[in-house]
Amino acid sequence: MIDALFTYEFLQNAFFSGLIIGVIAPMLGLFIVVRRLALIADALSHVSLAGIAGSLYLSQQVLFFAGLNPIYLGMAAAVGGSLLIERLRRVYRNFEELAIPIILSAGIGFGAIFISLAKGFGSDLVGYLFGSVSAVSRQDLLVVSILAVGVFAFIYLFYKELFTLSFDADYSQASGIKGRGIQMFFMVLTALVIGASMRIVGILLVSSLMTLPVAAAIQVAKSFKSAMLLSILFGEISVVTGLFAAYHLDIAPGGTIVVTAIVILLLVLMGKRLAGQSTSKRKGEVL
Amino acid sequence: MQESLVKLTDVTFNYGNSSVLKDITLTVKPGEFWALIGPNGSGKSTLIKILLGLLKPNKGSVELFEEPISSVSHKERVGYVSQKSNSFNRGFPATVLEVVRSGLTKKTGLFKRFSKADTEAALNALMEVDMREFADRNIGELSGGQQQRVFIARALAAKPELLIMDEPTVGVDQQNSASFYSMLEKLNRDNGIAIILVSHEIDLVTDLASHVACLNRTMHFHGGRRDFAKLNDNDLSRWYGHSVRLVHQKEGDPSND
Repeated sequence: MIDALFTYEFLQNAFFSGLIIGVIAPMLGLFIVVRRLALIADALSHVSLAGIAGSLYLSQQVLFFAGLNPIYLGMAAAVGGSLLIERLRRVYRNFEELAIPIILSAGIGFGAIFISLAKGFGSDLVGYLFGSVSAVSRQDLLVVSILAVGVFAFIYLFYKELFTLSFDADYSQASGIKGRGIQMFFMVLTALVIGASMRIVGILLVSSLMTLPVAAAIQVAKSFKSAMLLSILFGEISVVTGLFAAYHLDIAPGGTIVVTAIVILLLVLMGKRLAGQSTSKRKGEVL
Repeated sequence: MQESLVKLTDVTFNYGNSSVLKDITLTVKPGEFWALIGPNGSGKSTLIKILLGLLKPNKGSVELFEEPISSVSHKERVGYVSQKSNSFNRGFPATVLEVVRSGLTKKTGLFKRFSKADTEAALNALMEVDMREFADRNIGELSGGQQQRVFIARALAAKPELLIMDEPTVGVDQQNSASFYSMLEKLNRDNGIAIILVSHEIDLVTDLASHVACLNRTMHFHGGRRDFAKLNDNDLSRWYGHSVRLVHQKEGDPSND
């Protein structure tokens, strides 16, 4: 793949997009997971599906949409979904988690309608569902790069507020931190990243890249900073290994990336268990 | 020198049509240690939320540091430990130092990163509560009593003039709770931090505090500990709406010394 990487532009696009997504998805995912909102990523990716399917359907009907990258409507739908989730969480103050299945169902519902209306999209849709090495364009890479700059700047500037909000939302409010605006901006960025990641990882698997590396990292991290670094490391290993496997086996990268992330999680869990057993054994010997 | 840190005048608060607080008047001066007591549903937590500016009263005025609460921009002058603090997600990957330093988020300001001085301030706050050596430990590994000390350190990191605590010892065993209260007494005595402590442990906190406020929708009593000690159990039982018996363990009243 290394030789091919220097030769083919589509591979460069996929590889570099993957590398960037491997950093920003787990970075945002850490804040989502520690707030026990992991399913938000799933809901937003399904809303993206509705946007993508809508764009693909409209491209058959309206000339303007034929020239439009479906990723834009997918991202717009995800942003709309994220704002609706925030609104619904305030409406259902005592059942905040209800907002997620409501938006997830809406995403699947609209997606199914557009797919049916268009009588299916063949390989196009499969690429969006499970990712594709060959479908990533230079334009997609540019979008992902711009988003990455936004995510880095946001997390650099609001790291302490995001940490405080994630650890203790009540305390943040009482100490006068303007959490609502930050939370809203965070959700919009998350939605954009989900929308932009679907080319490479696929709609159905993008949420996994936000949660699986984090799930492995929080098993071993003592500090929040180390949890973030480990999440990024596990995310990068998943993406690079997954892309290599997908290229050589000629299969969808979404699957190989996510399966690699699951293998990492299992290895971390096993390693932790073994470390725990040897510690208790040593303690037993001392006693 | 400020005359008052907190001044509530005729504060009334309703949730919809139901009255929660009626005509509450209370003044807290620098260095005072107030115990806020009352039965469940008496409006103690609502009063705390009003003091923190999280709820707006329907009637009356609230002043913090001799300014209307709405114009107080430096909320870090008030340290807060909530009832729910120790019900945080125990799997949260954070060190004790990271948690304590988060108490400086508001003071440090938007778009700024924590400095070395902030980390020093957090470590000093941990020293105040005898938890300095736990700085690099994961917060979830600590006992309930130790975690509660960490939350006090978080509130102390910004060097507040007033510490407000809403039932901070819920879920903490008796021994840890006693040592926690003696630490509060030391903070109040040695550092001069004014404290408002909401608690159900009437005997313990009324012996510890310099002043007592007894609330059940209206303010039934507010004054020095010595005056509170003169009350009989019947007064308290009447205000609480059920039988209450006080067993004082301490003599004297520092507020009247």
